[in-house]
Amino acid sequence: MDRAIRVLVAKAGLDGHDRGAKVVARALRDAGMEVIYTGLRQSPEMIAEAAVQEDVDAVGLSLLSGAHMTIFPEVLRLLREKGGDDILLTGGGCIGDEDMVELREQGVGELFGPGASTREIVDYIRDEVGRRRQLQENS
Amino acid sequence: MLETHIDQTLTAFFAGDRRAAARLMTAVENGGPAAEAVLEALYPKLTGAPRLGVTGPPGVGKSTLVDALARHHRGLDRRVGVVAVDPTSPFTGGAVLGDRVRMNDLATDPGVFIRSMATRGSLGGLARTSKEVVDVLEAFGHDLLIIETVGVGQTEMDIAGTADTTVVVLSPESGDSIQAMKAGLMEAADVLVVNKADRPGADQMVRTLEADLHMRPAADWTPPVIRTVASSGDGLADLTAAVDAHHRYLTGSGDLERRRHARVRVEILAVLRDRLWRRAQRDLTDHVPGWTEKVLAGEATPYTAARAMLAALIDDDPEDDE
Ligand SMILES: Nc1nc2c(ncn2[C@@H]2O[C@H](COP(=O)(O)OP(=O)(O)O)[C@@H](O)[C@H]2O)c(=O)[nH]1
Ligand SMILES: [Mg+2]
Repeated sequence: MDRAIRVLVAKAGLDGHDRGAKVVARALRDAGMEVIYTGLRQSPEMIAEAAVQEDVDAVGLSLLSGAHMTIFPEVLRLLREKGGDDILLTGGGCIGDEDMVELREQGVGELFGPGASTREIVDYIRDEVGRRRQLQENS
Repeated sequence: MLETHIDQTLTAFFAGDRRAAARLMTAVENGGPAAEAVLEALYPKLTGAPRLGVTGPPGVGKSTLVDALARHHRGLDRRVGVVAVDPTSPFTGGAVLGDRVRMNDLATDPGVFIRSMATRGSLGGLARTSKEVVDVLEAFGHDLLIIETVGVGQTEMDIAGTADTTVVVLSPESGDSIQAMKAGLMEAADVLVVNKADRPGADQMVRTLEADLHMRPAADWTPPVIRTVASSGDGLADLTAAVDAHHRYLTGSGDLERRRHARVRVEILAVLRDRLWRRAQRDLTDHVPGWTEKVLAGEATPYTAARAMLAALIDDDPEDDE
C-alpha cells in the first residue's frame, strides 16, 4: 500500500540552532512525507520515545556537537529496547569517515556530512524505507 | 497490516505495550479492513473518558496550552492522550507536524501519549480518522483525551462533533484577522480562551468577545471567556475550572447523552458507508464499463444502470461478504 512515509526529525545535543534540521524537514515534506518535528535539545530518550509513539519509518537526527559516538548508539539501543528495531536511524553532522563506518556497523543507516544536499537525504530515506517495507511485507 | 499481525499487536496492546498502541493507530489511520478489525476489537474497551478539543488559528498558543493542560492533569495522576492535527500540504501531500516542539516536558512521561496526525486531504481541521485514533488512545486507558486542531472559522464543527468540550483559543495578535473567522469559531466554542494575555490588546479582546456573546440569543450555556498565558501557566486554573463546569453542565442537562448519541449514529453510518462502498467496488466495478456502453447506446440511462447494479448488490447473499 502506498501510505505516507513518516519521519521524525530531531536536533540532539545542547548546542546551537536547528536551521539545518528545519531545512531537511521541509525537503522531506515537499517530497510528500509526514515529518514529525520535535525541535532542539532532544535527549536520546525523548527521541526514541517520540519515534515509537509516532510510529515513524525513520528518524533523522541532526547534531553538531561531536557527541555522535554516544548519541547515535544510545538512540539505537533505546529504539531496540522499545521494540522499534525496524525504524531506520539516519542523520547528519560533522562525522569522520572512521566513525561513520563504526556507526554503520552498529546498525545506524547512512550518515550525511554538512555538504550533503537535501536531495540526497530525501532520496536515501525514500529508497531505504521502501526497501524495508518491502522486506516486511515479504516476511 | 496483515491479519496475523493484527492479532499479535492487539494482544500486546491489551498488555499495555506502547509500540503496539502506536502500530494500531497507524492501522486505523490508514483505513480499510485492518482498521475496522482493530476498532471492533477495541470497542468494548472504550471508557467514555472526557474528550477535550482545542482549536483556533495557527500560532495562538494551542500546543503550549495543551502542554500546560496535560501537565495539570498529570499532577492529578490522570493519564493523558493527545492527538495533534496539522494540515497536509495540498501540493505535495506531505506535512510538517510541529506540535511536539511545545510538548517536550511530556515527551518521556509514561502517563502521556502524543500522536501527531496530518489532515491527509480531509477538508476540516480534523483528519478523517482523528476520532478513531482517539478511540485507540482511550482504549489504551487514558483518562483524558485532548485533540488539537487548526481552526480558522469554517470547519470547527468537526471537532465539536468529536469532543465533549471544545476550547477555542485566540490571541491578541490574531485581532484583526479574527473578524472573518469569528462567527464560525464562536459557534464551535464551549469555552473561549484569550491566550497570550501578557501581550497588549488582551483586555480589549476579552471585552469584544464578551460583547459578542452578549448579542447571542440566550442559551443554557454561555461560553466563558478565559485569559491565559500558556507559557507561564497563568489562568490555567480558571481554564480547567471552566472546562469542568462545562462538563458538569453537559452531564446535568443531558447534553452529553445527546452528543454521544449523535456520535454513535454518525459512526454507524460511516461504517455502513465504508462497507457498502468497499463491497460495491469489489462486486460492481467490473460491470460499470458494460453499463456505460449501454447508456451510450441509448439502451439504458445512468439511473436504470445504477438501480440494476444496486439490486444486484443487495440480492447477493450477505454471508458471502468478506
Ligand atoms: N507571549 C506569549 N507567547 C506564547 C504564549 N503561549 C504560547 N506562546 C508562544 O507562541 C508561539 C506559538 O505557540 P504554539 O503553542 O506553537 O501555537 P499553536 O500554533 O496555536 O499550537 C510559541 O512561540 C509559543 O512559545 C503566551 O501565553 N504568551
Ligand atoms: Mg500547535
